[in-house]
Amino acid sequence: MLKITIDGKATQVPQGTTVLDAARMLDISIPTLCHHPKLTPFGGCRLCLVEIKGIPRAVTACTTPVTDGMEVTTSTPQIEQLRKSVLELILSDHPNDCMLCESAGDCTLQELAYFYGAKGSTFEGERRVYPKRDGNPFLERDMEKCIMCGRCVKVCDEVQGVGAIDFTYRGFKSKICPPYEEDLNCEFCGQCVSTCPTGALTGKMWSLKGRQKDVKEVDSVCSYCGVGCNLTLNVRNNEIIRVTSKPDTWNEGWLCVKGRFGYGYVNSPDRLTKPLIKKNDTFEEVSWDFALDYISSKLKEIKKEFGADSIGGLSSARCTNEENYLFQKFIRSAIGTNNVDHCARL
Amino acid sequence: MTNSITEIENAEVIFIIGSNTKETHPVIANRMIKGYRKGAKIIIADPRKVPMVRFAEHFLQLRPGTDVALLNGIAHIIVKEGLYDKDFIDKHSEGFEEWKKSVEEFTPEHVEKITGVPKDKIISAARLYGGSRKAGIFYTMGITQHTTGFDNVSATANLALLTGNIGKESTGINPLRGQNNVQGASDAACLPNVLPGYQKIDLPEVREKFEKAWGVSLPTNKGMTATEMIPAAHEGKLKALYIMGENPVISDPNTNHTVKALKNLEFLVVQDIFMTETALLADVVLPSACFAEKNGTFSNTDRKVQRVRKAVKAPGEAQDDMSIIMELSAKMGYNMKYNSPEDVLVEFGQLWPNLAGITYSRLEKGGIQWPCPTVDHPGTPYLYKTGFPKGKAPFTALKFRPAAEPADEGYPYVLTTGRNLYQYHTGSMTRRVAPIEKHAGEAYVEINPIDSEKLCIKDGEVIRVSSRRGTIDIKARVTQRVGIGLVFVPMHYHEAAANLLTIDALDPIVKIPEFKVCAVRIERLDRKPVACIPSASEK
Repeated sequence: MLKITIDGKATQVPQGTTVLDAARMLDISIPTLCHHPKLTPFGGCRLCLVEIKGIPRAVTACTTPVTDGMEVTTSTPQIEQLRKSVLELILSDHPNDCMLCESAGDCTLQELAYFYGAKGSTFEGERRVYPKRDGNPFLERDMEKCIMCGRCVKVCDEVQGVGAIDFTYRGFKSKICPPYEEDLNCEFCGQCVSTCPTGALTGKMWSLKGRQKDVKEVDSVCSYCGVGCNLTLNVRNNEIIRVTSKPDTWNEGWLCVKGRFGYGYVNSPDRLTKPLIKKNDTFEEVSWDFALDYISSKLKEIKKEFGADSIGGLSSARCTNEENYLFQKFIRSAIGTNNVDHCARL
Repeated sequence: MTNSITEIENAEVIFIIGSNTKETHPVIANRMIKGYRKGAKIIIADPRKVPMVRFAEHFLQLRPGTDVALLNGIAHIIVKEGLYDKDFIDKHSEGFEEWKKSVEEFTPEHVEKITGVPKDKIISAARLYGGSRKAGIFYTMGITQHTTGFDNVSATANLALLTGNIGKESTGINPLRGQNNVQGASDAACLPNVLPGYQKIDLPEVREKFEKAWGVSLPTNKGMTATEMIPAAHEGKLKALYIMGENPVISDPNTNHTVKALKNLEFLVVQDIFMTETALLADVVLPSACFAEKNGTFSNTDRKVQRVRKAVKAPGEAQDDMSIIMELSAKMGYNMKYNSPEDVLVEFGQLWPNLAGITYSRLEKGGIQWPCPTVDHPGTPYLYKTGFPKGKAPFTALKFRPAAEPADEGYPYVLTTGRNLYQYHTGSMTRRVAPIEKHAGEAYVEINPIDSEKLCIKDGEVIRVSSRRGTIDIKARVTQRVGIGLVFVPMHYHEAAANLLTIDALDPIVKIPEFKVCAVRIERLDRKPVACIPSASEK
């Protein structure tokens, strides 16, 4: 274990811990934009600069491993001035159109600008102008809002194993894009969206549906495959407008294209809304009472004539445990047959 | 799964067989990639070059339906080279010596002949898996959906027993479940031969327990599986079918036969959220609530019971399935009264100790993996820590049996089916999601470039694929993903339904259909002889 003192608080950390992680263990906050706890350190945004005794210049806490006896100061007037300058530089080349931005209220850059009083007017000059032109139906890529933190690049490679995007060009012209600046052609898992600290990456179907502050968050489980990823339904006006997943869930906040972007069926106009009975080959709407009376009398009739084993029930792997339990109990007890199964084999 | 998803990242060896994990279980693939980054070695056995192959140490591209031969071949090497775990075998298994003889004939040369996998690869993979005591096997329907499905699963179990890779962290035999609550539907006994918690119907003491709890006398004979009900409907033995949230017209093999069978029913009720292809055939259709419109629990593939919470109101008069069943049951003269889903889980837990300790209030803090017998039990991340419940687990001697319908002169290609990343199962949900439909809304058949060239088929051209049971017209996707002689059609698309082609041959024991192998013929639509454009290689 290595001894370290941060802002006067002493602790011990295992070999390989970074100064940033050590500070977070001590509940000392250091601002970051490019750092993500599940990705390798980058040191790109320069916001986590700290002073370390014996080192003449400020260093990035996220890339500096702790050495024994290290003494760190996370906040001095000079450091705070440096951080503010970094933010001013980022904002000088940012649209700063928070009033129209999908991510307003849920944007790390906006938060930091607020706390540091950074307006983006200190270094006014040329701005990057990029058209929004990615034709894919899932992800909006507004590269004018990109701060080049590289979290999307890392998550795509390290977590998803895809590597669909990377840094291209140099200097002022640097940007993150797919090969040859073509449209994205990836797995559309949206991991990049979930790690983007600004409004550069959002879901296309989220557009103008509501901001985070207007949303009721309901934690649930995905309705697709058997992995059972934890997800959070973002609800506004009785409509799911977005699906997210929290990083402290067992699935670490990662989802796939279906889990993250495949919720639209819930609100589909094709949903069945009334019980239907077929008469002369067409369906007619009936009341619940009528429909259930009809079913019950037909089933009783068939049971009487042909026996309970002439009736079967297929339950659903899409329904809950409780519903499945009740379904088989119904088939076994109310109908009186063991002809009950579901699609495990199909 | 015997083990947990989160344990995968600490495995030394990840052996994936018959699973296109990156597309069908993408977030488990993320865990595997995390393991790979930490140094795990990945073995993949699959007839298709699935996306995970780019992380694989060894890729064994076997012929569809030859899994038993491959797995026995791997076992053969592990036995021959003494890589097995003698201690574990002595303590926890039986029948090793006799079983050993059954793998003798599966020499690498012999297995190469059956599977098409070069013998060196079989040997290397066997050494890698057999050499590790922290190796997990992962499979999906690529193993199970065969007339040898039961044997295939047994063959994976033999390997785990042989190497002691079970009952320990980051090991195990791990079927990845295909649907959000297929585990829970099985646990709850929507199965014809067991009562909730896999308690056998034919045991009088079991039946008595449930009869007492439910206040009825229960039927004693085993019921029919889904795959037996359809033929029974066809023969007129099954008169009525009540389907809650399933779409057999698309999901069952041999669609023409399925449709005929369902039409032959006297009475069909479908309870669903959409007018599915199956609902269209129904006499009564009931509108139900989807997952976001109700409270309850799902059990995922690693036995984790997790809370599903109501987020929005169901549309129109749609009702949750629980209310519908309770009301109908009352009308049928059997009262089931529960105030909330929580009451149902309590009753389920009283009848099956593995769930007894799982309560809604505990689930507020996150999922719990069964077995969880008491409220202070933390749940069970991996099974068989202290040995197998029945004592010693038997090795199963297995012979290689070929698929029910091999390719022949009339139908010279092998068709295999499955899912793709974007669509889900019968498509009733994903095909109504606009961005997914825009990106992956078209059916396709994957065909190897060598075959497409032979047949003068261009990428993107609509071609005819026929089997002895049906015909579809579908766009060709020329790709190296499938081997020569193999074609793949995803199951999601009703307009070119893969299951019009598939065979309804079943595994004799578990009654699973052979979706993964049948013989097909491929033709150009115009049927005219065409002058082939010479390929790059010919130029």
